[in-house]
Amino acid sequence: MKIEVDNSLKMLPNYDLIEKMKGEYGDKIACISIGTAGEMKMSAASIAFTDMEVRPARHAGRGGVGAVMGSKRVKVIVLDDTGMKMRSPEDPEKFKEANKIFVDGLKKHPVTGEGLPAYGTNILTNIINEAGAYPAYNFKEGAFKGISKISGETQAELEVKRGGVATHACHRGCVIRCSGIYNDKDGNYLTKQPEYETVWAHGANCGIDDLDSIAMMDFLDDNYGLDTIEMGATIAVAMEAGLAKFGDAEAAINLIKEVGKGTPLGRILGNGAAVTAKVFGVERAPVVKGQAMPAYDPRAIQGIGVTYATSTMGADHTAGYAIATNILKVGGYVDPLKTEGQIELSRNLQIATAAIDSTGMCLFIAFAILDQPETFQALIDLLNSFYGLSLTADDVTELGKKIIKMERNFNAAAGFTAQHDRLPRYFYTESIAPHNVTFQIKDEELDQVMNW
Amino acid sequence: MEIKVKLFAALRKGRFDCEIRDYASGATVSQILSKLNIPENKVSIIFINGRHADLNHELYNNDTVAFFPPIGGG
Repeated sequence: MKIEVDNSLKMLPNYDLIEKMKGEYGDKIACISIGTAGEMKMSAASIAFTDMEVRPARHAGRGGVGAVMGSKRVKVIVLDDTGMKMRSPEDPEKFKEANKIFVDGLKKHPVTGEGLPAYGTNILTNIINEAGAYPAYNFKEGAFKGISKISGETQAELEVKRGGVATHACHRGCVIRCSGIYNDKDGNYLTKQPEYETVWAHGANCGIDDLDSIAMMDFLDDNYGLDTIEMGATIAVAMEAGLAKFGDAEAAINLIKEVGKGTPLGRILGNGAAVTAKVFGVERAPVVKGQAMPAYDPRAIQGIGVTYATSTMGADHTAGYAIATNILKVGGYVDPLKTEGQIELSRNLQIATAAIDSTGMCLFIAFAILDQPETFQALIDLLNSFYGLSLTADDVTELGKKIIKMERNFNAAAGFTAQHDRLPRYFYTESIAPHNVTFQIKDEELDQVMNW
Repeated sequence: MEIKVKLFAALRKGRFDCEIRDYASGATVSQILSKLNIPENKVSIIFINGRHADLNHELYNNDTVAFFPPIGGG
């Protein structure tokens, strides 16, 4: 391992940086890096990871982690596994057996085995829109009229037509393969397949229904090292402030370029939706603990509202993905428009997710393990045979609880209270079409989520 | 009666995306699927006018019904 000072890398965007690294270290490398946003310590800054094609297209997007790396003055970590051996399991036979059951489980579940590989995450666009929970125009409406132009079905068809790829693994060994390659109209690489959240954030939430513009913004975010959810939410707030018109894709692209350049306006936008709303006097900032909400309206899907309010990192869907049970009927069914069962649903999902996240597994395995007990058991068997442990399903639950407790303790020490486990007031007072609903979960109930 | 029928993901293959179709009054979700030659086990989520519904649900004139295979993402 070598640590080197290299001032020539200063303010290089991610794609240029990785080209330079390939020139110096060859193309058998993998890189972890920040773009210009991380160097400027913006709170929307991400950390980029190179994909199978050695492109900086996969990001640790949320939470402003790029700013942390920037504050340590670490620009890029270059890894080369030449001459390294694979780690071997403590019990290779048991590991092999568990791995087979686990992989079979992912392949046979219709979500991880069919839907995600064929259409990617953007397959969700139509169903969330149909449920009246697809936030459009800065969370003003629950359905978007341009939906068919940006759906996963349309995107996959366009990718294949342009010589891109609709079924692609974002990392080596993935059996789900929900990623893809998005080419421009001339058939040249533009960006990886924009994800569901990105298509929503830069699309419907800004009133934009053009996939090429959305893909360009995905590329710019990756290049500068920005969280696509935060940037889409921020531009929608800027549009509400009058900085651009809803639906104006060119203006939206220019606003992201301001962030990359670090102009005074760009620095405001790069610090996210909460900061931008404060600076421009916009009341409707869809944020919790300073982080923007992703692509599900918490009024039309009450369970995800509970997770947004109580997750330790702020509005985050992955921390307790109630969409699975509220909308997709995975892991049972809880009516998204009612309050009954949402607290328990979010709590159980948050505990399970904290445990899954700490294994380093992709969260999409949850679709298979929630529905198939033998696949869940295979995950535990994988961990046990690899590390020589004897974890049970109960131990996994305890692990999840322990992690959340540690995170909550950190937040409490940082000054967070129950008052921060709330949605912005307007979600309780302004209803959203088509269901004309507000967020109905009471504060006292939210305070019970972490009380198990 | 007229029903707007929406199909998504793999259910569209060889069929259509969205059509207004005529059905006998009192038709159920299950009967509509059978007329479309869609096996019930291929459909995991059904919405009528944006709300979850099941196979026995009866439709009324001008309803919108949407059929999804099992999907997930995020």
